[in-house]
Parts: sequence; C-alpha cells; structure tokens
Amino acid sequence: MILEVRGLTLRFGGIRALDGVDFGIGQGELAGIIGPNGSGKTTLFNAITGIYRPDRGSIEMSEEEITGLPPHEITRRGIARTFQNIRLFRDLTVVDNVRIAHHPHVRYGPADALFRTGAFYREERRTREQVEEYLTIFSLQDRRKELARNLPYGDQRKLEIARALASCPRVLLLDEPAAGMNPSEVGTLMEFILGIRKRFSLTVLLIEHQMRLVMGICERLIVMDFGQVIARGLPAEIRKDPKVIEAYLGKPVGGVRGNKSCDR
Amino acid sequence: MNLLKNIAKAVLPFAVLSGLLLFLSAREILNPYWVQILQLACIVAVSALGLNLIYGFTGLFSLGHAAFYGVGAYTAALLTKLYVGAYGDEALLATGAVFLGSLFAGGFAAALLACLVGLPTLRLTSDYLGIATLGFGVIMKVLFDNADSIVPQLGGARGMTGIARMTGIPWAVAALVAAVLVIRNLVHSTYGRALVAIREDEVAAAAMGVDTFRYKLIGFTAGCAFAGVAGGLYAHLYTFLHPSTFDFLKSFDVLMIVVLGGLGNISGTLVASFAWVFLLEGMRVALPPEYIEFRWVLIPLLLIVTMLVRPRGLFGVREFPFLRSKVYR
Amino acid sequence: MYALIALGYTMVYGIVRLINFAHGDVFMVGAFLAFYAVEKFHLPLPAVFALAAGGAAFLAVVIDQVAYRPLRNAPKIAALITAIGVSLFLEYFTALHQVFGPNYYAFPRPFRVVSLEIGGITFTNIQGIILLATLVSLGALQYVVFRTKVGRGMRAVSHDYVTAGLMGVNANAVISFTFALGAALAGVGGVLYGIAYPQINTFMGVMPGLKAFTAAVLGGIGNIPGAVLGALIMGQSETMTTAYLSSTYRDGIAFVLLIAVLLWKPAGILGKSRTEKV
Repeated sequence: MILEVRGLTLRFGGIRALDGVDFGIGQGELAGIIGPNGSGKTTLFNAITGIYRPDRGSIEMSEEEITGLPPHEITRRGIARTFQNIRLFRDLTVVDNVRIAHHPHVRYGPADALFRTGAFYREERRTREQVEEYLTIFSLQDRRKELARNLPYGDQRKLEIARALASCPRVLLLDEPAAGMNPSEVGTLMEFILGIRKRFSLTVLLIEHQMRLVMGICERLIVMDFGQVIARGLPAEIRKDPKVIEAYLGKPVGGVRGNKSCDR
Repeated sequence: MNLLKNIAKAVLPFAVLSGLLLFLSAREILNPYWVQILQLACIVAVSALGLNLIYGFTGLFSLGHAAFYGVGAYTAALLTKLYVGAYGDEALLATGAVFLGSLFAGGFAAALLACLVGLPTLRLTSDYLGIATLGFGVIMKVLFDNADSIVPQLGGARGMTGIARMTGIPWAVAALVAAVLVIRNLVHSTYGRALVAIREDEVAAAAMGVDTFRYKLIGFTAGCAFAGVAGGLYAHLYTFLHPSTFDFLKSFDVLMIVVLGGLGNISGTLVASFAWVFLLEGMRVALPPEYIEFRWVLIPLLLIVTMLVRPRGLFGVREFPFLRSKVYR
Repeated sequence: MYALIALGYTMVYGIVRLINFAHGDVFMVGAFLAFYAVEKFHLPLPAVFALAAGGAAFLAVVIDQVAYRPLRNAPKIAALITAIGVSLFLEYFTALHQVFGPNYYAFPRPFRVVSLEIGGITFTNIQGIILLATLVSLGALQYVVFRTKVGRGMRAVSHDYVTAGLMGVNANAVISFTFALGAALAGVGGVLYGIAYPQINTFMGVMPGLKAFTAAVLGGIGNIPGAVLGALIMGQSETMTTAYLSSTYRDGIAFVLLIAVLLWKPAGILGKSRTEKV
C-alpha cells in the first residue's frame, strides 16, 4: 500500500463530513472515488493533502505517518493534487504556473539567486527543460507565455495536471478532472491520464462524476455517501451494488408539484 | 568567474549614475537643493521597493511601512550619534564603515521587528492584516513620541537633532542600485516565484509544496529591511528626525507610490517614486507661495484620476528590459 | 461617538468590501455644515442636524458616483487608493482659505452643558444625547437592514454583488443608499462632536475616522451591533488609559487592543469567521 487511510473522521460543527473512512491504494493503481454531491469526496482529498486537519484517524504514505502535516510537507512527500474548481495562478503565465510547482526540487540557495551564481543558471536551465517536458505532454508548449486566466477551460484543466506533475509526485489526486468537458475531450483526457501514469509510474486516485471515465479507466472504485465508504470493488461489481444504487437515486418519494407562489 | 562578472555588472550602473550626478552638482548644473531631492527620491524608491516586495509580489496588505522606516532611521541615527559621542565627528567622517554598519543595523532592526510583528499577524487575511499593521504603525508613532523617556537621545515628540550628515549621492545611488538588483534577482528566482504564488492563491501554493507561512514571513521581513536601510539614509540626509515623519499617513504615501507604479512591477515603483518626490518638491518651487497649500489638493486629484484611468498602475505588467527575466524569453 | 462613525464604515465595508478612508472626512464636513448653520444662519437645532446629515449623505453619494463606482470591477486596491485620495483631497481642499480655512474654529454651543450625577457616576447631558442618538440609530439601522425591502437588497448585495443584480436588485442604487445612510450618521456624529468638543478643524476626521474603523473591525466588520460594541470598548479603554496611564499613550492603546483581539478572533468579536471552501 502506497497510501493508506484508516478511520479518518472530520467534523464541521455538528456535521461529520468524514466518518471513519478506511481504504488503501496500492503502488501504481488507478482508483476512482464516486458518490453523490456532498458525500465527502473533496473533503477526503483536503484531509489527505493537509488542507484540513482530521479529528481522528491516520493517513500513511509509504508506511510513513503524514496525518496533520502542513500541506507543503505532504506535497514534498510525494502527493500532488488538482482542484475541483481549478485553482491556477491566474495572473501568471503558463510557464510560471508549472515552474512554481517545481519549487521544492530546485537546488540552489537564496544567496545563489541574489548573486546569480553558476548554480543558479544551471538549475534554472534544468527547471526550464523539465517544464518544457510537462508542457509538451499536454500540448501546451505553444501557449507557454499566455496568462493562465486566458486559456480555454479544457486547457486550464490540463495545465492544472501539468502543474501537479511538476512537483514530482508518486501519488496524484485528481478532483473531477473531466468536469465541464465534452465527450471528445473526456476521451483525450483518459488517454492523458493513462499515459502519465505509465510514464511517471504514478499511482492515481480520482474523483469523478462522468461514469464513462470512471468505468473506462479505473481499476477499482470506492463509493462514498454521508462521509462513509459504502462500497468498494471492481467497477463491474459496483454497478450492481444495491447500496450504491440507493445512494445515487434515493428511495422514491411523492410526485412533483408545481410552484404555487409564482402564479402566472 | 560568474560572481566577478556580476559584481562588475552591479558596480557599473552605480559608478555611471553617481559619477554623472556628482559631476553635474560640482559644475553647479544641479543646485544643492535638487541634489538633496534626488537623494530623497532614491531613498523613497528603496523603501517603496520594499513595500512592493511585501504587497506587490507577496500580496501581504501592509499599512505599517512607515513604522519600519522609522525604526531603521532611529536605530541608525542613534548608533552614529553614540559613536560620535565616544570618538568625535572626524572618526565618523573618516571612513564610511561605521555609517555602513549603522545602516545595516537599521535594516536589521526593522527586519527583526518585522519578524516579531509578522509571526502572529501574518496569519490574518488581507484587510485584517492591513488594519493590524496600520494599528502597529500608530503604536510605533506613539512609541516614537515617547521614546525620550527611555533613551533621551531619541528626542521623543520634540524630535531628534544633531545627526551627522553622512548620506550623499554615492550612498543613495548605491543603496538604490543594490535594492533594485536584490529585488530583481530575488523575484526571478524560485524564491520570488514562491512569493508570487502565495499572492495568487495561497492554498494552491501550499499544495505545490511552498511553505506559505515561512515565505510570507521572509517576504515581509525582507521588505521591511529595505525600509529600515532607507530610514537610516533618510536620518543622515536631513540630520533631524521627527515622529510625524513616520506617521501612519506616511505609510499611505509609500502604498500610493507602489500602487501607482503597478503592483509587482519594479520599473513602475522606480518611476513612481521619482515622480512622487519631484512632483511634491517641484510644486513647492513652481507654485507661487500663496498657493503652496494647493499641492495637497492637486496631488490627490491627480491620484484619483490616475487610478480611474489606469486601475492597474501606470506600468501594468511591463518592465524595463534590464529588469526582465533572462532565463525565459 | 465612535459608534456613529463606525456604523458607516461597517455598512460600506459589509456591502462593497471597501475601507472607505474618506468616511472620517465626511464626518468632518458634517461638523462644518453644522458650524455654519449655527454660526451664520442661526438655524434651530433639528434643522442643524437635518442639514448636517443631508449634506454628508449627499457628499458621500457624489464621492461614490465619481470615485468608486467606475472602479467596482477593478482590483480592490485601486478603489482603496482612490479612497485615500478622496480623503486627502477633502482634508486639504477644505483647509484652503477659500473654503473652510486651515484654523481651529470654536463651535458655538446651541444649549448649556450641564453635569448630572446619578449613583456616583457623573456625566453631562451631551454624553447622554450622544448615547441616545447612538442607540436610536442602531435600532433604526437594524430595522432598515432586517425589516425593509432596501435592507434585504443590502444584505443580498453584500452576499453576492453579481447574483443580487441578476435577482432584480438594483445593486448600484442599494450601494448609493448605503453610502448615504452611513454618511448621514457620520454627519449627525459630526454635529455631536462639535457640541461635545467645541473645536473643529478640517483634519478632525482623521483620528476619529481611523479609530471608528478600528472599532468596526474590533466588533466584527460588516456587523452592525458589532460596530457599536467595538466603539464602546474602544471609548472605555481610551478613557481608562487617559485616567490611569498618560494621555500620550491614548492613541496607541486602541490599536494594542485591536491587534490582541484580532489574534484571538481573526474576524472580530461578533464577526463570523468564514473558512474558505477549497
């Protein structure tokens, strides 16, 4: 197990956003988390990456306890993520977005920067080559000087993944990478995800609503509802699980009524 | 090799600029008044560059910059005054080493204080940080006013007098060149990029492995150190310090310079600093005496109009060529 | 006293997230209008109050229209700098000889100030009036914000400017109304200030303005009872500093208090801290 979560619990006021979540991901796996809105998927990502501090439970990365560490420490231990609502550095160029993520791996000190020593130029060149590599993978190299805010939506999603990769992760967490994409874009995205997993020998955990993507590439699924894991297993099994069906569709209630306060 | 080349590159603009200015003032093309104004502009620019690092690059809304400027000024002035008290005027004038030391001490004192202030307050967000630093500025003003009850030499509300005149064109220009180089080299490095990332999105920056709190503290401390050095130069230019110079309203002056020039824009800060000082002093000369009060009526109007026309500052994101990143074109 | 100014700050901040540095100067203009009304035209007291409140409200609306509205969608700092510019302009423009002039002016007392003693605490009738005015305006504001249609618009705009517009709220009108309301209170504050400390000058708004803003932050900015609470705490702490320490430290103590409170509760005493959704 490269990432192991045990009994993770997180409360917001009286609500248990996460309630004893247990799961493990093996090295090189590609797993998906699904569940209705508000079931705690993104909260789980936030707890793993240190943005929220869990009330109980533990998170281990390659047998090492990382629970409660600040976000940057967790990133340095090899977990990178993207955000559901795209959090690029909007007023910076595409290149700078990716370069910043390389920050923990740049090997020169402040003095090298101030006096522009050989080490500074060497490392800046190395960073530049790395950045170009990531940009090429996502065919963003021709947009390198554009501001992130001016990219089309699909490219912004790609840039976020490129940026996450630049922090040299072993585990990549993708929060709804296909949100708002059309079917053909989802197709290319699936290939990208499979491609980078192979190329950088990554373990990938993704949250997604688009069943085509989830069923198409995930080897294993975890289903959440009300902050708990309600099912886990192969995609084909999950599809038939009665608990999952109920969580998604709910039990039938009365018929649909018109809105009476707007009489036209 | 690289280091030698870099030193040469730093000394060259210094030598050319200060040489030119000294030549002009020796030939009396520039009268002493304007020479003094030029130095003041350099000093203001150094301080404004510091605030640009804090607010423009790191995005920390600080309204207490004048307080750090003041701490630098009082620290440096006190040190040279004590030195003169012990060894006499000639000893101080003989070498610049003591003055240089006191300038560094001024910068260091401001940085130390910034660190102490920053540790608790930098956890606050945007406007709350602004009002906390503004409050700190008012507190420091009260302390400057009452400083003579602890150290009599500081003069308190009556002002501190008898500071040796040490700042000259070479000092002011050297400080400005050094400040510009430091800030340029820092900004175009991975450290500067970390600061800018915090400004853009703190959560995302942390998720990319940037220790956000540490970098915020570093950015704040470094920027305040600039103010401290500038304060030291100011003290030894005008030889008189008064708490009203370091009032919280003076923090607004620096803020206006930085915003007018464009946040995160080094060229803009430089131009705006010089424009600001020359406009203020120029109007003092150009306006007939009975209209001198109109200075402060015209300047805010100019400010409002500029903001309405160019809300992102005069320069926006454009930089002078020598301030651009070299590694990536 | 701070409370009346603080209410204006907190309302404007709550609705457009702008620290309206010119607010203290609107207060000053209110005081000067009252000064002329009493000194030159010998108007009766209710008319003086109405004139000061109305004049201040009009000025604030003009400022909003000219200086802030064009910057509504610009970076926040641009509007803030403009606010500082407006503040400086008002101070120095009115200090010109042709306008109000740079000197201190003695504010005529429209009625006699008498001290009363109740249960060992002495206070003057003017303090009583200030307290009464504060409580009345607090009550009126709570009513306007929570019980009227404009108030509902204000709450909507403060929540989400764009969406409120989409829901049929005329955001600009609501913002202007907020500025006017806040300024009217500041104008009333200006008159009371003139009566309580019978000296006025064009820079008189700077410190009270700053402290009122501090009070608003202290109580939780955007929160109306918070502003009053913050102002009361500030006023008390200042009086006590003057009484027990020294008046030279008075200006500092308010801010020591502010920083202490912010470190303890980063959104102020009654403010709700909002955790950012990631």
